[in-house]
Amino acid sequence: MNAPALAVFIALFLLVTGIGFWASGWRAGDLTLLHEWGLGGRRFGTFVTWFLLGGDLYTAYTFIAVPALVYGAGALGFFAVPYTVMVYPLLYLIFPRLWSLAHRHGYVTSSDVVLGRYGNKWLALAVGVTGIVATMPYIALQLVGMQVVIGAMGVSGEGIMKDLPLVIAFVILAAFTYTSGLRAPAMIAVVKDLLIYLVVIAVTVFVPLKLGGFGSVFSAVPPAKLTLAAPAADSYGPYSTYATLAFGSALALLLYPHSLTAVLSSSSPGAIRRNAALLPAYSLVLGLLALLGFMAVALHVGSDPAFADGFKRYGNNFAVPALILAVFPSWFAGLAFAAIAIGALVPSAIMSIACANIVSRTIYRGFLAPHATHAQESSMAKIASLLVKVGALVFIIFVPVPYALQFQLLGGLWIIQVLPSVILGLYLRLLNGWGLLAGWAAGTILGTWMASTTSFKAAVFTLSVGGTSFPGYIALWALVANVAVSVLLSLLLRPFVSPAPELAEAE
Amino acid sequence: MVSEPGAEPKRHWLRILFVLPFVAMLWVSSYNRLTPALFGFPFYYWYQLLWIVIAAAIAALVYRAEHRG
Repeated sequence: MNAPALAVFIALFLLVTGIGFWASGWRAGDLTLLHEWGLGGRRFGTFVTWFLLGGDLYTAYTFIAVPALVYGAGALGFFAVPYTVMVYPLLYLIFPRLWSLAHRHGYVTSSDVVLGRYGNKWLALAVGVTGIVATMPYIALQLVGMQVVIGAMGVSGEGIMKDLPLVIAFVILAAFTYTSGLRAPAMIAVVKDLLIYLVVIAVTVFVPLKLGGFGSVFSAVPPAKLTLAAPAADSYGPYSTYATLAFGSALALLLYPHSLTAVLSSSSPGAIRRNAALLPAYSLVLGLLALLGFMAVALHVGSDPAFADGFKRYGNNFAVPALILAVFPSWFAGLAFAAIAIGALVPSAIMSIACANIVSRTIYRGFLAPHATHAQESSMAKIASLLVKVGALVFIIFVPVPYALQFQLLGGLWIIQVLPSVILGLYLRLLNGWGLLAGWAAGTILGTWMASTTSFKAAVFTLSVGGTSFPGYIALWALVANVAVSVLLSLLLRPFVSPAPELAEAE
Repeated sequence: MVSEPGAEPKRHWLRILFVLPFVAMLWVSSYNRLTPALFGFPFYYWYQLLWIVIAAAIAALVYRAEHRG
């Protein structure tokens, strides 16, 4: 067991636990604070939105899995960078419009938006359930990150003891989410970001210095891994794979319930637009993080006998912890691992709150108890946030996760299917609820079938058109089918279903 | 005219610039190479990182154009 690392880790973990509960006490004294969030000054809105959305994009999973993919697959793993390049134009162009609609009608989740637009509660249920199902493995992924760093500090046990540290961390998370709500992750996000920036800067300065510059890092990597393999004459090969993974992931990201929670909780459309220019600061750090995978290659951590056990247990996800242990003193490793673990707490909290909103609004109030009071609705949300976390914990303890990134890609495959209902409806009046529901079903079934042909191991499916093959991200192929069915069926049903109301435009 | 907080500002023609990051990033064959390197970074890496900065600058530019006065 690595005692100095563990001591620093536990100290920092206790600090953020304190902040989590302190946030609740502060809020209890000032009931208008949540209200302030919705209407606060423009600067405040931009600031909090930056941390909340940054926490969503930039999680423990990112810290572990993106470098792990670069470590294992090389250039392909860098798709996280073009993905984040494309996210922010979408944020700028689309989401202020969604915010305005939600603001005008008091919508909290994307299901609310859909219900308000089309008056079809089955479509709203489909959108809500998709959000929850896609988010569960995402929360579980955060736990993978936490599990890996706890293991890296040499904490181990047998049977129930094996998962005890994870369970303790999650009980703490559940407790402060329950009492403090969204305020807690927003405050902890500040600590998380300071720690992560510190670690990333330290690694990206120190490791190249040690090896003699970035040139040496890259020249230590086999040249074939540094770029994508050139495709064969009759295929778009890695090019279409790379482009569709990046584009599909960008479309999917902002549809996740936790992203929407952060977007909708900002104070104005202007705050969202400003963040489209400010959030890329995180992307730069993400790009540098991805390169940690190559640094791990350059330092030959994979063949170091000290790390053989870690790689055996966690696969390539162990690349970053191994790199940190190889380069830094124990106490700093403890700080870095705490940064990753806290980086898991923030999005987990936001995600479980977002899922809880869906459960209480769409399922509980929409189907089970239409006349529930506001108090009943919010206590239902609190209980749901606990259930969601227990679900994710059970998932991670009983389901082995060898390919963390692929799991997230499967969640992306489902969540992207709500795009026609949530986004296209803002622009196209011809769509209606039943057509969209059929499109959603078609996309979900087709995408899941495509994934099943790879035994749910890969997110890429090869389409062949006239002798040319286009390997690409399944989510995107399924989305095309979804849009086609939605539009076609909406047109056919048009005589029988009243169209969605015209969106009020301020122009 | 723009009155309520949820109102959309007037769309500026500069929004067309948002096409550029998509074209640049989806045209993978244009950047899938090692040279010219910059500060030891192969082209593939510094070019894509550079587009993070360009896309942010475009967002800032369009924002300024749309929220002026």
